[in-house]
Amino acid sequence: MKISMTVNGKPVSAEVEARTLLVTFIRENLRLTGTHVGCDTSQCGACTIHLNGRAVKSCNILAMQAEGADIVTIEGLAKADGTLHPMQEAFREHHGLQCGFCTPGMVMSAVDLVKNHPNPSEETIRAELDGNLCRCTGYHNIVKAVKAASAKM
Amino acid sequence: MYAFNYQNPKSVADAAAALSKGGDAKLLAGGQSLIAAMKLRLSAPTDLIDLGGIKELSGIKVEGNNISIGAMTRHAEVARSKEVQAKIPALASLAGGIGDRMVRNMGTIGGSLAHNDPVADYPAGVLGLNATVHTNKRKIAADDFFKGMFETALAAGEIIVSVSFPVPKRAAYIKFKNPASRYAIVGVLAAETASGVRVAVTGAASSVFRVAAMEKALAAKWSADAVAGISVPADKLNSDLHASAEYRAHLITVMARRAVEAAK
Amino acid sequence: MGDMNSIGVSVKRKEDYRFLTGAGTYTDDVTLPHQSYAAFVRSPHAHAKVKSIRKDKALKAPGVVAIFTGEDLAAAKVGGLPCGWLITDVNAQPMKEPAHPCMAQGKVCHIGDQVAVVIAETYDQARDAAELVEVDYEVLPAVVDVVSALKQGAPVIHDAAPGNSCYVWALGDKGAVDKAMAAAAHVTKLEFVNNRLIPNAIEPRAVNASYARHDESYTLYVANQNPHVERLLMTAFVLGLPEQKVRVIAPDVGGGFGSKIFLYAEDVVLTWASKQVNRPIKWTAERSESFMSDAHGRDHVTTAELALDKDGKFLAMRVRTAAAMGAYLSTFASSVPTILYATLLAGQYTTPAIYAEVTGVFTNTVPVDAYRGAGRPEATYVVERLVETAAREMKLDPAEIRRRNFIKTFPYQTPVALQYDIGDYEATLAEAMKIADVAGFPARRAEAAKRGKKRGLGYSCYIEACGLAPSSIAGALGARAGLFESGEVRVHPTGKVTVFTGSHSHGQGHETTFAQVVASRLGIPVDDVDVVHGDTGRIAFGMGTYGSRSLAVGGTAIVKALDKVVNKGKKIAAHLLEASDTDIEFKDGVFTVAGTDKAVPFGAVALTAYVPHNYPHDKLEPGLNEQAFYDPTNFTFPAGSHICEVEIDPDTGITKVVNFTAVDDFGNIVNPMIVEGQVHGGLTQGIGQALTEGCVYDKESGQLMTGSYLDYCMPRADDVPSYKVGTKVTACTHNPLGVKGCGEAGAIGSPPALINAITDALGIREIEMPATPERVWRAANSNKKA
Repeated sequence: MKISMTVNGKPVSAEVEARTLLVTFIRENLRLTGTHVGCDTSQCGACTIHLNGRAVKSCNILAMQAEGADIVTIEGLAKADGTLHPMQEAFREHHGLQCGFCTPGMVMSAVDLVKNHPNPSEETIRAELDGNLCRCTGYHNIVKAVKAASAKM
Repeated sequence: MYAFNYQNPKSVADAAAALSKGGDAKLLAGGQSLIAAMKLRLSAPTDLIDLGGIKELSGIKVEGNNISIGAMTRHAEVARSKEVQAKIPALASLAGGIGDRMVRNMGTIGGSLAHNDPVADYPAGVLGLNATVHTNKRKIAADDFFKGMFETALAAGEIIVSVSFPVPKRAAYIKFKNPASRYAIVGVLAAETASGVRVAVTGAASSVFRVAAMEKALAAKWSADAVAGISVPADKLNSDLHASAEYRAHLITVMARRAVEAAK
Repeated sequence: MGDMNSIGVSVKRKEDYRFLTGAGTYTDDVTLPHQSYAAFVRSPHAHAKVKSIRKDKALKAPGVVAIFTGEDLAAAKVGGLPCGWLITDVNAQPMKEPAHPCMAQGKVCHIGDQVAVVIAETYDQARDAAELVEVDYEVLPAVVDVVSALKQGAPVIHDAAPGNSCYVWALGDKGAVDKAMAAAAHVTKLEFVNNRLIPNAIEPRAVNASYARHDESYTLYVANQNPHVERLLMTAFVLGLPEQKVRVIAPDVGGGFGSKIFLYAEDVVLTWASKQVNRPIKWTAERSESFMSDAHGRDHVTTAELALDKDGKFLAMRVRTAAAMGAYLSTFASSVPTILYATLLAGQYTTPAIYAEVTGVFTNTVPVDAYRGAGRPEATYVVERLVETAAREMKLDPAEIRRRNFIKTFPYQTPVALQYDIGDYEATLAEAMKIADVAGFPARRAEAAKRGKKRGLGYSCYIEACGLAPSSIAGALGARAGLFESGEVRVHPTGKVTVFTGSHSHGQGHETTFAQVVASRLGIPVDDVDVVHGDTGRIAFGMGTYGSRSLAVGGTAIVKALDKVVNKGKKIAAHLLEASDTDIEFKDGVFTVAGTDKAVPFGAVALTAYVPHNYPHDKLEPGLNEQAFYDPTNFTFPAGSHICEVEIDPDTGITKVVNFTAVDDFGNIVNPMIVEGQVHGGLTQGIGQALTEGCVYDKESGQLMTGSYLDYCMPRADDVPSYKVGTKVTACTHNPLGVKGCGEAGAIGSPPALINAITDALGIREIEMPATPERVWRAANSNKKA
């Protein structure tokens, strides 16, 4: 089936099977491999992207469901000149990542978190990160990073 | 995931027509349960009819003393809705506690109800608040809608269009989450509605159910103490890795007490 | 030059920009020309004979390239997976080593055991076709827990291991322990399970193998912690390939925690098959596959006794453990509950006599192997649960009983083979008690009680042996490999440096920490140093990363190479400055003639080495590129004190960790930010073990009940608190950096601290891990008090 959408500001289109997941379209068709797959039950959140401005799990959505949508992936978050988004910068500053695998999803989720909760408490951050698993950091520094970024976004 | 045919109708009528064409066709709402099941090859529809393009199915409207929520309205929209927050805060909070933030941005009320997962939250909301499910064919009262595990009163070719919630005098939903999946092990919605007190329990049995003894006690006196001594027999409750039936029975009483307290 | 010495500075990580922008390259991100994809047919039974496999239907499915089974591997003389550590049992017999075929040879022994591989043009096609492979099983009775497996009449999994026993191994002086136990004023005895865990690195295992006909070489991208070990085991023991013909690349790896140390069947099958189909083949585990094919951790059943005199002084410890090996011996499985476990039973204490007996047991479960801490969390759990329980039974303060028994003089020879070089256990405990505000605990407990909540406080003073390991000692204990490390420092003509290390970073931040070490030693900016790891094609050799060894062993190898660089640099500088070699000093990036102002910077020396116009050619080769191997002389002994405070809702059984304090002695610290991050992650895995995580198999069917994140409870952000961490430093005495290792400590120390806190809160003696809400609720509402 023919599919078209805007990804990181650029129009893209491709021919895909109906059963193609959005994450597969992003990773395999567009070769944007920053979005990761860490589970098959829609729990880990490594595949989180923004669809029409809202964080969603791209492993649990058909590519066809995103027909005509505006998608932002981790590759589209920093400025064109390479300057990091405040959330990315805060993760770096506060060591909110280790192996980096959950990081793209975590960052995309965190940007959405702060958009919905502009000045989140630690409790809110922890509760609202329940859709993202990280096995390395113990979340401690992720929470710090999200808090710090919220002051700059 | 197995292969299937994908259809993207623009109206409820077109969706209903596609649904009645035979084969094992399924409606795709937000897909947060259906796609997950299809990925694990546990569900294998021949046709998937995506309701995502049907504008008339989305939105929240206040209609007199009711709030009407379109079937394709996302959980996040219900949670964020100023109208829902003002008139039925219990419903906003229930919607805001479903799955996680990303799931709430995709998952829909219609999809959740049609699926009727025994551990889902919305069934408790609909049953506890005495909502009415509007389909393309008829209106179904909450008490008639939930028929058993993953079973509803929906007939073949029937599509949920909206759900209408009467504004209660007071209500609250308290959930004990499964620590792993975060679905409800026990979720209790306690409400005082125009049609009487209702206590609906999800997560604990094969389908959402009401607790008559608690309703009666609360009708006499709305206080946490009124339900503290009432327990649901464990013999019909679920038992799994995370909670035995006995523990679930205990949690129903605790969650009910807390819901009543929260709904002061 | 202050910014040149970055040791002890929280330098921001060099690797972060790529991870934060989606530019990391993990194995599944690698797609090669003419790529094909693999799906494995796996056993749905815990134990069964494979009577026949029919692949004709599957072969006709769209896109299928090839299908292979165990029969094909046997015909090609592909061997089974080896175990890298030989344990010799109490009767001086070698452990039982049943064959571990890469795909079933007539039998499957656990859910998820590999039966066939389907290679197709796409993943979906491979998976579609895998369902069409028809396998006829004769289901056999299964046994999934160690206690049942050791019972008479239990189903026998391997003919080569009667009674399902792999070995019975012992350490310590049994006679001395028996005698001390008999005469003791008090004996505390506990029986418990150390729960089976599933590692769950968020990046699933992945392999992309390819073959080049023109030079008969293979390239294997694999999510792995030790690519050289992977290559060595695969070429020498399984496939019989020339080692130089196989290049193993472990690119960015999304966490390991031990589970990516091992040589797995999928790695071998794809490497072998890539030649058969003459195409690259990629396989990435779906998470459901990870659950049933990644090596699991822990799974012990233990009886432990501690004998004390009337003053609470420890006299002896006796430990009996049955440890699951799973269905087959994974790469280092045999060593984990023996060498890495019983040797740590002295803990931080002067217990004079210790005896441990360990039975390795085969069960119809996924193989068990090293998982963060590997043996040491299990040992710490034994010691620290015993100590805390003994204190309560003898009405002694749990901190006081520890202080009375701490080792205070070093070096200290334990009765279980290890010699601790240095530590200060009283200081770490005192610091932890201060940070945790132990003094204020009674007031907090009283306040919680007013709210109907139960508060408890628990301690754990752990020790671990890291920096694996002196090869000669390891060899004497049965290791079939050396445990050194290699490092190469390549100084470029411009004075910039590339470092090649045999250690592997999969989250630990070596690209930054190692660069700090090099930059500080050479007096150059950290940005001038790049670290290369994870590629047998670029790095001479390496034993990889596990057991918190990277900085202590891999870092030391780099330091040794740096010493050679500096020594050669001195000779070049001496020539340039017309002085004697012995008069040259090197400091802050400048070579000087001692006592003069004659100087030449490091960069100029580097340039001279590569543009040797004015050069001592008679004495020195050009170039500045040095390599070193380092084999440690002893283990390192990180140690620390953890204090956990919990609050329990007795109505629901929900336990909230309200405070967690960890004060650790990791020796010298290069990058405090990274070290703290390692502690946070370890603590969360330890809290996971104690509170949320537990692998469950159905006892009847052998089915894996916790086969996805819907049932296996990974700790989330709202399950854990913000941690309070501190450090005390006693520098390791036997490596030049004075470092000990920090990767596993959090996971080692925390579980007993948490369980000690819960049992304190509820006034009970024991509770099984994970202390789930239902278990806690039952304990809170039972009358079984201590």
